[in-house]
Amino acid sequence: MQVTMTVNGEEFTREVEPRMLLVHFLRDDLGLTGTHWGCDTSNCGVCTVQIDGQPVKSCTILAAMAAGHEIRTIEGLEQNGTLDPVQQGFMQEHGLQCGFCTPGVMMTARWLLDKNPDPDTETIRECISGNICRCTGYENIVRAIRWAAEHPATEGASA
Amino acid sequence: MQVPAPFEYERATSVDHALALLERHGPEARLIAGGHSLLPMMKLRLARPEMLIDINDLSDLDYIKLDRGEIAIGAMARHAAILDSPLLAEHYRIFREAEKVIADPIVRNRGTIGGSFCQADPSEDLSAVGSALRAKMVIRSSSGTRTVAAREFHDGPYQTMVGPSEILVEIRVPIRPGSGSAYEKVERRAGDWAIAAAGTFVQLSGDNVADCGIGITAVGADHFACAAAEDFLIGKPATVENFAAAAQICHDAVAPQSDQRGPADYKRHLARELTSRALNRSAARARGEDV
Amino acid sequence: MTVTEDRPLSPAGNPMGFGRMIRKEDVRFLRGKGNFVDDVNLPGMLHGAVLRSPYAHARIVSIDTSAAEAHPKVKAVITGKILEGLKLAWMPTLSMDVQSVLCTDKVRFQGQEVAFVVAEDRYAARDALELIEVEYEPLPTVYDARKALDADAPIIRDDLEGRTDNKIYDWEAGDKAKCDEVFASAEVVVKQSMIYPRVHPAPMETCGAVASMDKVTGQLTIWTTTQAPHAHRTLYALVAGLPEHKIRVISPDIGGGFGNKVGIYPGYVCAIVGSIVTGKPVKWMEDRSENLMSTSFARDYHMDGEIAATKDGKILGLRVNVLADHGAFNGVAQPTKYPAGFFHIFTGSYDYSAAHCNVRAVYTNKAPGGVAYACSFRITEAVYLVERMVDCLAFELKMDPAELRMKNLLRPEQFPYTTPTGWEYDSGDYPRALKEAMRIAGYDDLRKEQVAKRANGEMMGIGLSFFTEGVGAGPRKHMDILGLGMADGCELRLHPTGKAQLRISVQSQGQGHETTFAQIVAQELGIPPEDIEVIHGDTDNTPFGLGTYGSRSTPVSGAAAAVVARRVKDKAKLIASAALECSVDDLEWEQGRWFVKGDPEKGKTIQELAFAAHGNLELPEGVEGHLDASVVYDPPNLTYPFGAYICVVDVDKGTGHVKVRRFIAVDDCGPRINPMIVEGQIHGGLADGIGMALMEVMAFDENGNHLGGSFMDYLLPTSMECPSWELGETVTPSPHHPIGVKGVGESATVGSPPAVVNAVLDALQIRHAEMPLTPAAVWRAIQDNPISRPDLAIE
Repeated sequence: MQVTMTVNGEEFTREVEPRMLLVHFLRDDLGLTGTHWGCDTSNCGVCTVQIDGQPVKSCTILAAMAAGHEIRTIEGLEQNGTLDPVQQGFMQEHGLQCGFCTPGVMMTARWLLDKNPDPDTETIRECISGNICRCTGYENIVRAIRWAAEHPATEGASA
Repeated sequence: MQVPAPFEYERATSVDHALALLERHGPEARLIAGGHSLLPMMKLRLARPEMLIDINDLSDLDYIKLDRGEIAIGAMARHAAILDSPLLAEHYRIFREAEKVIADPIVRNRGTIGGSFCQADPSEDLSAVGSALRAKMVIRSSSGTRTVAAREFHDGPYQTMVGPSEILVEIRVPIRPGSGSAYEKVERRAGDWAIAAAGTFVQLSGDNVADCGIGITAVGADHFACAAAEDFLIGKPATVENFAAAAQICHDAVAPQSDQRGPADYKRHLARELTSRALNRSAARARGEDV
Repeated sequence: MTVTEDRPLSPAGNPMGFGRMIRKEDVRFLRGKGNFVDDVNLPGMLHGAVLRSPYAHARIVSIDTSAAEAHPKVKAVITGKILEGLKLAWMPTLSMDVQSVLCTDKVRFQGQEVAFVVAEDRYAARDALELIEVEYEPLPTVYDARKALDADAPIIRDDLEGRTDNKIYDWEAGDKAKCDEVFASAEVVVKQSMIYPRVHPAPMETCGAVASMDKVTGQLTIWTTTQAPHAHRTLYALVAGLPEHKIRVISPDIGGGFGNKVGIYPGYVCAIVGSIVTGKPVKWMEDRSENLMSTSFARDYHMDGEIAATKDGKILGLRVNVLADHGAFNGVAQPTKYPAGFFHIFTGSYDYSAAHCNVRAVYTNKAPGGVAYACSFRITEAVYLVERMVDCLAFELKMDPAELRMKNLLRPEQFPYTTPTGWEYDSGDYPRALKEAMRIAGYDDLRKEQVAKRANGEMMGIGLSFFTEGVGAGPRKHMDILGLGMADGCELRLHPTGKAQLRISVQSQGQGHETTFAQIVAQELGIPPEDIEVIHGDTDNTPFGLGTYGSRSTPVSGAAAAVVARRVKDKAKLIASAALECSVDDLEWEQGRWFVKGDPEKGKTIQELAFAAHGNLELPEGVEGHLDASVVYDPPNLTYPFGAYICVVDVDKGTGHVKVRRFIAVDDCGPRINPMIVEGQIHGGLADGIGMALMEVMAFDENGNHLGGSFMDYLLPTSMECPSWELGETVTPSPHHPIGVKGVGESATVGSPPAVVNAVLDALQIRHAEMPLTPAAVWRAIQDNPISRPDLAIE
């Protein structure tokens, strides 16, 4: 079947099997390998992308279901050559080690800050509880998101 | 990565369209909303529908509203919306408390109340909430609409009364002035399924229990409920002792199975402990206390 | 005291050496531009999938692959029979055993590899698995290690000639006679059995490989999730009979390892065979269930411990019998001489002379593996044992566990200290670390709070652990894996403009090598770290070495980097003497520059000297030009980082739910090259401790079914279970390491589980209960009806 969706502001049309998972569509068909996957059961959150501004686990949604929607992946987080404050926060606070869960948790973090620009650490922990990280023990991820909250985007950097 | 077996896919544009598709494709067709229960089952190839009917565009089923003295929740209302709903928070704190411990925020963005009920997992949280509140389930087919009590909705694990050419469209909950509600869950870890959970409401008349509802999940409770404990309480003073006695009835009534979440005796204990806690908090809320 | 010198920053604002520095690797990961194995996409690439056994123990009667072969997108179906023809049906393990690649006779664990499908895409490969028909004849299973040596236990390894039971080995360390004597006359002896259950490292990226065999040139290139690319290359040469100079192993970005990616898995070999058979590159990536069910687990030690002491709490001795469940094949990754890894470091951080351990390893119908999950070659099990035993002793003596530890800790003047089982601890000030942890925790106030809470009927617990790690394996005369000595190479090349490339043998799975190794060279040579490119993870472009595990990168390869930089500095000195027309003896070094003693204005920077080395300067005799060096570093000893941890928990008496309120970790890993990275590593290890102590376990039912085969059942801690970690540090440099550093990657994983368990048991006022302390386990312990076998199905 044919699917058309907007990914990071660009429209793509591809012929896919109905069973194609969104994560494979992004990675294999569009070559956007920044979105990873870590389980099969929607438990780990490594594959998190945004659909219409909301984080979803792309291993548990079909490309067909995403058709007609706006997808945003890690590759679309940087705007006009400027890192999103979330990306800067992760760098400043060492919120990543192996970097595998990082894209997913950053997409969750961006959503959180969009709806709540000044979350306390408890809110942050609750919000990222569906994103498993094996390296950081979460502490620096929480600090990274706080950093982003304290250094909001310059104009246009985080649409 | 695990991937589903092949299937056909069509996106429904209306409830009628979805019903027509269900009729056309027969029992091998399945509706998909959030997909967080169905797709993992399909990846494990434990579920192999030949046809998936995507109902995510049925935004007319995505609502939480007051309707004829009841709260009406559309089947496509997402967990996140239920969690954040001021209407539900005003009348039934049980919803927010249950939703807060269902999966995680990302999954809650996709998962729907209708999907949760229809998946009918024996450890499902909203099924206990529905039973506690004695909700009504509105089911539509091409021949019309019928209503089934939440306590008659399930027909065993993963089985519901929704027929192959029917759709659950709405969940209705009566408003009970002077009531309070609460949800208590024990899980091994944030986002895990319940080891056991209990949700209750208590409506007071003076110091007495005028009405109450007890929903319990993951412990093999008949229809996620414990009517005997409710019958015991109604008309009695809303005391810690009576709640403990009612909780003991739950303890004796449930039929939990041992598994890696916990042994049966522990789950049975939790049925009592959590019911008691939920009843006490419900009653306190009914009295206007902030607990 | 991490940065002791007040130096100017580099042009990019980085420290000119040690200090907090933003990681160089972040720029790609933050943009989604990492390059993980599943991101590798080659022209014409095919996809492989493994058919696995649903049974834990079953004879294969027949395999019919015809329907799968007829699938239009299938290019090859490989079975054990086909591999037999290639002499590849079995492969050597890292412990001198053999392991089935694809089963030829019988399956020996649930999830074992039975057949391999190569297809045009990953969906078709999965579909074709369902088309393979395998007839199994199920056999009774050995699902309980404690029954593995029963007379009627089925023999798992009937493939090995002369096998009449399931025993792998008995191994012991320590002086048994002396130990028996001490125990016989001790005032107090406390016995406690405990299980460190089977757990899994579960890195977020599963294991996988892309194999590409160029039939024309005979060149095999493998992109794979390996923590040890060089060792893998040699093993492929040995396993597959391929010429080693035609094998290139590339370990690109790796999404966490934790020991899971040390060994070679059948799937990697299948991908290689698939590429040889089809002539196309073949990608194979595990799904999560495959990862949890078939790849290297960790622990699975059943330990019967005994501790002897005087009535006033002076520890006299410790002994333990261990039953080690190694699964169906002995595939443990550890130095050859040490079949139980470094478990015999179990005497821990205390001063006593009598110790003995016996380790008996058995086969069971479970997946092979055994040394993983940041365990430092089983020091995790050792530390859990001793720290639990010390708490059991405190419980029986009614002594404060901090006081008991303080009374028995090794004293600073005892270092270097030779333990009763032969380890030589290099340096330490243990009481200082424990005092610091108690200071941060406010230990006395916590105990007061606990008294008040208990009076109120509330359960609050304070748990301690003190660990000594032994990392940086290791001295090659003692330590090898499959005959490969554990020394590591390093090459440093300065380009004419003074920019540098450092080639290291170890490989990062998130540890930040590209940053810290640049900082080591910057510290030594005064080249800005941003001007130093660290190259790793590609056997064609890096020197030989055994890879990253056992916290060995900094102790071994980090030492190599410092030494190679010093060699370059020495060479630069010779060049400087020519350039400055002075005697070598007249030169003096300040960071980044050689200058003439007494005439500081007259000097040459390292960058100027790099250019001169490539220019037309007349070089001194014996100097061939260019500015580079290479070394192989053979560590003289392990390094011994240590630390004191305190955990505070609150337990809900009615539900058994544990909330970790605080966790204080004081680590001493010597000087910290990049404190930010060190702290990050500690944070991660502490979360591991929460996971293992409270939720992680792989149990098996009586049919050998794996009861934790997905992330729905194998639970990893989330942000909600982890408190905000409170870190402290003391600094005791290693006297034998060139820059004094000790390694830290696994310290917290090793040290934290007993602190959490001790805290929960302190809350319960119970001597012992088994991990994981799930709500059910805690509640049952309170009822005095504990779940004694977390490794079995709960009944």
